[in-house]
Amino acid sequence: MELLAFGDTGWGDELFRATLMTIAVSITAMIIGFLFALIFTPLKLSKNKFLNFIANSYTTIIRGVPELLIIYLFFFGGTGAVMFVASIFGYNEYIEINAFFTGAFAIGIISGAYSTEVFRGAIQSIERGQFEAANVLGLNKFGKFFKIILPQTLRLAIPNLSNVWQITLKDTSLISVTGLVEIMRQSYIAAGSTRDPLFFYSFAAVLYLLLTFVSMKLINRLEVKYSRGY
Amino acid sequence: MDLELMINSFPKLLNAAVITLKLLSVSLIIGLFIGLFFAILRLNKNIFINRFAYGYSYVFRGTPLLVQIFIIYFGLGQIEYLRSTVLWVILKEPYWCAIIAFALNTGAYTSEILRSAFQTIKPGIIEAGKSLGIPNKVIFYKIQIPIAIRQSLPAYGNEIILMMKGTSLASTVTIMDLTGVAKYIISTTFKPIEVFIVAGGIYLFMTFIIHNMIKFLEKKYRFN
Repeated sequence: MELLAFGDTGWGDELFRATLMTIAVSITAMIIGFLFALIFTPLKLSKNKFLNFIANSYTTIIRGVPELLIIYLFFFGGTGAVMFVASIFGYNEYIEINAFFTGAFAIGIISGAYSTEVFRGAIQSIERGQFEAANVLGLNKFGKFFKIILPQTLRLAIPNLSNVWQITLKDTSLISVTGLVEIMRQSYIAAGSTRDPLFFYSFAAVLYLLLTFVSMKLINRLEVKYSRGY
Repeated sequence: MDLELMINSFPKLLNAAVITLKLLSVSLIIGLFIGLFFAILRLNKNIFINRFAYGYSYVFRGTPLLVQIFIIYFGLGQIEYLRSTVLWVILKEPYWCAIIAFALNTGAYTSEILRSAFQTIKPGIIEAGKSLGIPNKVIFYKIQIPIAIRQSLPAYGNEIILMMKGTSLASTVTIMDLTGVAKYIISTTFKPIEVFIVAGGIYLFMTFIIHNMIKFLEKKYRFN
C-alpha cells in the first residue's frame, strides 16, 4: 500500500494522473474516430463504386493490420511527414511531434474503422419506410437526417459503439510504446524503479477493469435514454 | 518510395510471419480447450463455479492484452517460489509467456462465444435425443458440441483474426515476430511507410486466407 501513497513517497498521484491521461487519449481517439466514421459511412453507403472502394479499403486495411504496426507507422512516420512539410517552407530543424496527438490520431483511425462499420450496419437496418415517410412529410435533407435517421441510428448503434469504446480504451495501452505516460507507461516506470512489476502491472489491470466497468454503467444509461418509446 | 528496401525486407518479413503463425496456431489450440472448459463451467448451475468462470472471462476481456503479457512475463518471475519449480523452465522463456497470455486471452473470448452458442441450441433438439434414449454424455458430445461449433463459426472466425493481430504484442517481450521485425527494420532504416506496406500486406494476406477458410467451413457445416 505504501507504494500507492500520494506525494513523493509513492506512486499514487503518478498513477492517478496516468489514468486521467488514458481517459483523455481514449476520448480524443473516439472523437477522431467519429469524424472518420462521419466521412466514410456515407462513402460506404454511396452507390458510386469508386467511393465504395475507398471506404472498403479503409475499413479492411485498418481492421486487418495489427494496431501496434499502425502505431509504429504513425510514431516513426509522423515526424518524417511533418518535417517534410516543414522543409517545403524552408524549415530544416528536427521537429518532435506531440506523443499525445500522434497516439490519439493512430488509435482514432483504428476506432474510426470500427465505428464506420457500426454506423453502416445501423443505418442499413433502418426500415425503408422511414426514409419514405420522411420524404412524404416533405422534410428537407437536413431535417430527414437529423430528425428521423440520426435518432434511430443512435439507438441501434449504441450497444455496438460501447464495444468500440472498450476496444479503443484497451488499444490506448499500446501508445505506451511511444513514451506517452498513460497507465501502462507509468506502471512500466514504477515497476522498473521499485523492482515490483507484479504489483504494478496487476494494479494497472485493476485500473483498466475499473475504467471498463464504470464506462459500461454510463453507456447502459445512455442506452436506456435512447430506447425510450421502444 | 524505396522499392529496393521493400524487396530486400520481404523475405525477412516473410520468415517472421512464420513465427506469427506459430504463435497464433499454438495459442488458438490451447485457447480453444480453455474456452470449452470455461463455457461448460458457465453452464453449471452451481453459483460459485458459474461466478468463477464469469470472473475469468470478465477480467481477461476487460483488460488490455499488453497488461496480461507484462504480468506473466515480468510479474510472475518476481515470485521466488515459482523460480524454484519446474514451471520456471516455461516461464523464463518469452515465447511461452506470450503463448500463455494469448491462450488465456483468446480462451476468455472463446468461452463467451461457445457459451452463447450452447445457450441458443433449441431445447427440442436435446429432448429429441433424450426421447431416443441416448445417454446424456453422448447427447453432449455428439449433438450439442457439433451444433455449438457450427453456431459459433462466424464469431470464432472474427476471434481468430483479432488474435492474429494480438500476436503482434509478442514483439514487446523481445520476440521477433512479423511486427517485431518490421519495427526493427523501421528503426534502422527510418522508412516506415515502405516497411508498413510490406508487413501490412502480409498481415492482410493472412487475414484474407483465414476469412476464406472460415467462409468455406461455414458453407460446409450449414443447416440444410
